[in-house]
This record gives sequence, structure tokens and C-alpha cells, in this order.
Amino acid sequence: MKPASGKNRLGSIRKRPAWAGLAIHVALVVLSALFLAPLLWMTATSLKPEYEIMGAGARLLPSKIVWSNYPKAFSYGSQDLGYIPFLAYGKNTLVVTILAVIGSVISNSLAAYSFARLKWPGRDLFFAITLATMMVPYPVLMVPTYSLFKWLGWIGTFRPLWVPCYFGSAFSIFLLRQFFKRIPQELSEAAKIDGASEFRIYLDVVLPLAKPAMIVIALFTFMWAWNDFMGPLLYLTDQNTFTLSMGLQFFQSQHTGVSWNLLMAASLIVILPVLLVFFLAQRVFIEGIATTGIKG
Amino acid sequence: MKRHAAMVGWLFALPWVIGSLLFLAYPLLASIFYSFTNYSVLRSPRFIGLDNYRELVHDEVFLTTLKNTALYTISAVPLATVIAIALAMLLNTKVKGMTVYRTIFFLPSLVPMIALGVLWLWVFNSQNGLLNESLRWLGLPTPNWLDDPTVARWTLVIISMWGCGNAMIIYLAALQDVPTALYEAADLDGASSWLKTRHVTLPMISPVILFNAIMGFIGAMQTFALPYVMFPGGRPARSNYFFAMYLYDNAFLFQRMGYASAMGWIMFVVTLILTLMSLKVSSKFVHYEAS
Repeated sequence: MKPASGKNRLGSIRKRPAWAGLAIHVALVVLSALFLAPLLWMTATSLKPEYEIMGAGARLLPSKIVWSNYPKAFSYGSQDLGYIPFLAYGKNTLVVTILAVIGSVISNSLAAYSFARLKWPGRDLFFAITLATMMVPYPVLMVPTYSLFKWLGWIGTFRPLWVPCYFGSAFSIFLLRQFFKRIPQELSEAAKIDGASEFRIYLDVVLPLAKPAMIVIALFTFMWAWNDFMGPLLYLTDQNTFTLSMGLQFFQSQHTGVSWNLLMAASLIVILPVLLVFFLAQRVFIEGIATTGIKG
Repeated sequence: MKRHAAMVGWLFALPWVIGSLLFLAYPLLASIFYSFTNYSVLRSPRFIGLDNYRELVHDEVFLTTLKNTALYTISAVPLATVIAIALAMLLNTKVKGMTVYRTIFFLPSLVPMIALGVLWLWVFNSQNGLLNESLRWLGLPTPNWLDDPTVARWTLVIISMWGCGNAMIIYLAALQDVPTALYEAADLDGASSWLKTRHVTLPMISPVILFNAIMGFIGAMQTFALPYVMFPGGRPARSNYFFAMYLYDNAFLFQRMGYASAMGWIMFVVTLILTLMSLKVSSKFVHYEAS
């Protein structure tokens, strides 16, 4: 084959023939519909009157929008099905999540700073071990961790859910270290000549420059804590202290096969804060994820 | 001065040093000890040697969960990987509205596990679920997704494909890092799109594929929350009863924490062996740039 014809026929991306561009667009539209359908249908169901969900009256879209499903799901008080105080669960989740985010931002940035910008014997070995711990499956650690918290008398409190965040996580440390390493060392040296202590340099020089990475860590921790199910399932014993994940699971187990509109409304209430945070920080978020899979 | 620097270094890392000892090293070692004991919340550990491991080999339920977990992992991880790479490649064609499509494909991975389970219970509902309504409209058979053991195990695979947006973003970033000079060189040689994909794109992103596949395998082997919500007790007919669920049930339902610890160690060793093996085998296929 002659090189020239090859270049013409396929070319680089810019010289793509019109039909190929159209085919790609069609594929993307169809795939988008497939990916969005469950979410759209969930929203539609959450706004339907009860009789349009199942059986003969079932419809794809609601004939009228029933907003009252939302407050109803929030304060469901039917005696035989049990009362699920979603508002209180939302508050519990928020408390745990905020404490977890604060702890994670502090502890991970300290450790990552040490690995990225300080020199000490054993540092590289300890960092290699840190990376290796990402492979340890959580179920191996479950029983002794539970026993540890039981020994501390923390079962039934929020502490097992947020205190560990104040001691760092391998994944976040790895992510932050990559970012800290890219900040020019000269800045630290200049500050040092001015007599700044290492902690001052961390706080006043490096952290302000690492704002996007810190936001990524905060977002990831927020998502993790907000969505966590196993933690609350293991450690929360009193129904009043449940988190949203637990509440939703409990609500679901009580409503199997009925009131799908209320269930979908309750689920959407749990999803909405995550979506909101995502859309507020979309750019930083996407960049953060993009860097996590690269050159492990 | 050097001693001082070393101390500062350790001081900064101190929370993580304590954390890794307390929440990783200690539980890992303690669970190997517990795995040789008869132990529960109500009973302090009593040494029983290898009894737990001996019992596991003959435990039908354990073997079933092992099989289910293996089947799920080897179907869900490769399928989700292929779809994530395919979506990333579609989006990497400099198409208009790329950020909008990217957001759409990513949205499902934002849905919290429990809400995800509730949502898909409704989608898979055999009478009025979205999936069966659509299949009926197309004139296709409508399986009993949640109650028929032969199809129920595929529901979780389908959900994992729907949630591949996270990986897609990682692959998209990797694709955007492939130097255009390589494609230009391939064009000069008259390479077809397929040849370019096969000999330029895939080798260049192979380290990212490897890393994601390993993390995907490790995650899939621990699957818990989704089947816990959708298929309590691993229904139907234990077809969705997974390793981590049985481990949890043993530790906290049947009060057999020693037995659960033995299961945990088996999971850890399997993870370790598979990771080391895939690193070794992949060294033939994975292309690392000299840097």
C-alpha cells in the first residue's frame, strides 16, 4: 500500500470522513440513553402516584407529578411498616462525613508531605509498604478491627466511622504525594532561608499551592463516608444513630415490593447531595480521578 | 542537624505510622492468630490449631461462595474493562460535546451502593421493571431476573458494567497522554485504525489497564454491599452468596469469628497470589515507557 493513500484513507483524527463522525455520534447518543435510562426512570417513579407503578395502571411516565412522595418518604409514619426518620439519619451522616473529611485532609497531607518533601531513614521502604497495603482486602481486617473497637468501648458510637480517618489512608497519601512532589523544591528552600520551620513551610507554602489536590482528597473522603455501608452496619447498634445508607437499606427491607415511588424518592434524597457536590467541583473531581489510575 | 531532619520527617508521618500499625498491621496479624482459634464476641479465643481451615475445605456453603465470587469476578471485571476502554476511545475522537457525554457515562458511578441496589431491584423487577417492560416492547423473552438463579447472577455483572464510568475517566486520561507523533508515524506507514489501536493505543495504555484490572479484581473479590441489599442471604438458591457475605455472616450472625478470620486469610492469600501472578505474566505484555 502506498503511504499517501493510507494517509488519505484513514488519516489522523482531523481527517475523519463525515460518515465516521456521524456513526460515533449515533453510538454516543444511544449509549448515553442506556446509561441515563435507569436514573431517569428512578426520577419518574419517585414522582408517580401509587397506582401508576405496578399492574394494570403502570405507566412509563407519571400522568401527574406527585411531589408529596418526597416529604412522605422523609417522614414515613405508617405504623405497620415502621417509621424511618430520614432527617435524623441525614444529620448523623453529615456529622460522620464532616469529621471524616477534616481528619482525612489533615492526616493524609502530613504523611504525604513527609514522603514527598522530607528526607528520613526508612522513608522509601515505608512508602513502598504503604503502597502494598492497598492490596489488603478489608474482610481480613474486619474481625480484629471490630474487637479493637469493642475493647475501646466504641461499639454503638460514631467513633469507629471517623476516628480512623485521622490516621491516614494509603490511597490518599499516594495521591497527595504525587502532587506535592511537583511543587518546586526551591520554594521550600527560600522559605527555609527566611527562617521558616518545616511546619510553617507545609502550612504556608505547600498547602496553598496544593489546593486542587486537597479538594480531591476532601471529595473522595466525602463520597466514601457518605456512601459507607459496611462501617455503619458493623458498628451502629441503635436505630436512632443510623446513617442514610443504613436507613435506606432498612426502609427497603421493610418495603420489599411495595411503595416503589417512596423508595425511589428516598434513594434520590440519598444520591442528591453526592450529585450536588460533584457538579460544584466537576473539573477538580474528574482530574483527581484521572490521576488515580496512572503509573501505580 | 541530620538527626533533627529525620525526627521532623517521622513526626509528620506519625499519624499514618500509628494508623498503619493500629488499623492494618495489628488486624492482619491478629486475624491469623484468631484463625487458629474458636472465638466470638461472647467467648474469648481458644486455640484449636488448623480445625477452622480443615472445616472450610469441606464446607459446601463456603465452596459455593468461592465459586460465585470467582465467576462474578472473571465476568464482571473484564467486561467492565472492555466497556470502559471502548467508551474512552469513543470520547477520545475529539467529538463535540465530549464533556457532556463524559458526565453522562460517569454519573452512575456516583450513586451510593445502597441506593444503587434499590434502584436496580426496581429496574430488574420481573413484572413492571424498566428492563422487562423494554424487553416486552421489543418482543423479547422477559426473564425473572431476581428469582431465577441462572439469570440472577448476571444482574450484578450488568450493574458493574453500568458503573464503569470511574475507570472510563482514567482510561480517557491515559489515551489523551499518548503522543500524537506515534499516530502520525503509523499514518505514514499506512496503518489502519485497527492496527493503530492494536499496536499503538493498547500498548501505550497497558500499564493503566494492568493497574485498573488488578484494583478491579481486588474490589470484585470483596463484593458485599450490593448483593447484601439486593439478595439477602445470597438468594436465589445461594446463587448470589459471595465470599465477603459469608465471612460477615459467620463473624456477626453465627458468632464464629475464628472461622471468619480463617476465611479472611484465605482471601488475603488468594489476592496476594493473583496480584503477584498478574504482575509476572503481564510483564510480557505491558509496555512501560523508559523514563
